[in-house]
Amino acid sequence: MSTTEIDRQWTTRLRHRVTAKLPPEKLLPDTQPSYVSSWIYVFGVTTLAALAVVIATGCLLAIRGPQWWHGSDIGHFVNSLHLWSVEIFFFAMVIHLWGKYFMAAWRGGRALTWMTGVVTFVVSILTAFTGYVSQTNFDSQWISTQAKDGINATGGGAYFNVLNLGQMLMWHIVLLPIGAVALTVLHVLLVRVKGVVPPFAAKSEVEA
Amino acid sequence: MRKKAFRPDVDAPKWTGGHTPYDIVKEGTIALLVVAILTIALATVFGSPDVPAVTIKRWSNMAPVDFAMTALSELNGTSGTATYGAPYNNQSVGQQLGPLQLAKWVGDRIPVDAANAFVIDPLGSLPNQAVLTTDLSQWKQASQTQRTSWLANYTKAAATMKFKSGNVNVAAYNAGPVSVLINDLTQMARSGALDQSLVTHAGFYTTDYTLPLLFIADGSYLGNLAEKQHLTGEQWGMMNETGSYPGQAWLWLYTFWYQVPPFSQSGNADVLVWGLMMALTALLLLVPFIPGLRSIPRWSRVYRLIWREHYGQDAPATPPRKPPRADPSASAAPVGVVSSDA
Repeated sequence: MSTTEIDRQWTTRLRHRVTAKLPPEKLLPDTQPSYVSSWIYVFGVTTLAALAVVIATGCLLAIRGPQWWHGSDIGHFVNSLHLWSVEIFFFAMVIHLWGKYFMAAWRGGRALTWMTGVVTFVVSILTAFTGYVSQTNFDSQWISTQAKDGINATGGGAYFNVLNLGQMLMWHIVLLPIGAVALTVLHVLLVRVKGVVPPFAAKSEVEA
Repeated sequence: MRKKAFRPDVDAPKWTGGHTPYDIVKEGTIALLVVAILTIALATVFGSPDVPAVTIKRWSNMAPVDFAMTALSELNGTSGTATYGAPYNNQSVGQQLGPLQLAKWVGDRIPVDAANAFVIDPLGSLPNQAVLTTDLSQWKQASQTQRTSWLANYTKAAATMKFKSGNVNVAAYNAGPVSVLINDLTQMARSGALDQSLVTHAGFYTTDYTLPLLFIADGSYLGNLAEKQHLTGEQWGMMNETGSYPGQAWLWLYTFWYQVPPFSQSGNADVLVWGLMMALTALLLLVPFIPGLRSIPRWSRVYRLIWREHYGQDAPATPPRKPPRADPSASAAPVGVVSSDA
């Protein structure tokens, strides 16, 4: 096989394109610009860490099925871990979002990074909501019977039936987590490709 | 070549300053450990709520009159579900967003005939009930006019409904089989058989609780319990959960709109609030492209708090409040500035 033929391969082209966009030193950097020095940066990585704990505790709950935690002390504790990791996740995510807003983090060609972050936030809210209506207890009964009115009013309830436990559970443990994780991966890769947004330019820098 | 003007809310200056060591793997590992420990601590100290689900058996035993009156409302077509509209039936236009009748356009894709689904069909599943079988036949063979007359007579007398000695007592005359239907459904519910009937109506395996949840929600029992748990709409209930737990605090803005006019006084509140939240979400998503909205961070100067070390050491001058005017004679971008296509 000739070198030209290898260069034409889809695999080779994809590798070249990926490594050009995101070389290893960008994907896993060992230095950062000196302006990346603020407490606000903690909340991005905290959100990612909380997401990992949410997924891990959700997987533990899945092992014995949706009813397990009602009749088991261990199951109830795992449910508590899942609940509090979700609370930490949203706490960190909201602060991260507002922090990025006040940094105008979309500047310098980072609009897509901002947008994937916002969509991840919305998908996360949907994921949490489907979790609340899948608890198979009083909370899930009340939340689902109230939420149906909002969703039905838009016409969406005909397809997204919040009173159907099976449908909600599938969205909660399969479809929405896949979406949330895929969006998070894309968001983080965009951050690595574009880098952390620099501070607003001082007047002297702009007019130099 | 005309120089492209620097847009401070769109473009970012090229960083020409220094770099510091950064161990991203170490940072991620520490964050994971801290979050895991914090999660374990919170779960250990506070636990999580788990109030058992309300069953129709429990409801009909704890509040038999409320149950029987709800069953009557399903039979006479006045319940929340019977008058709901789409997606359960076509008895109402449903909520409207201006001229848009979104729910009605979708139609009754989850059809629920309240009288049959909640009363007649479950009673028909009971075996060896001679009197009930006769009364069900009488109901099914009667004309709609006859049924309406029976129901009107029973409903009028039901204002003084009592539950005594294990039976529903209503002094109704010319009510045909309605007295037996309501009383027998109440007995069925109190035994637990109605829970099973409503869940398994579509087959042995099921995960769809649409029917029992609609029925329970039509009564007052569930709502009364929710009010004690501060879960109703007026109590900002959409973001709460049972007990003193944070719940879905991230829904605060969605819940907020229900508390204020015009939403709090509108019959179309649900669709109006949904529409508003969709619009606000779109604004948040498109902030980078919306002049004015994308300038608030620069105007607010909160960024100076975030990057206080940077501005304190490297850039004593304040950023421009307006984009500098482009110099037509220049042929290159300003030093230290990159433009973007954001």
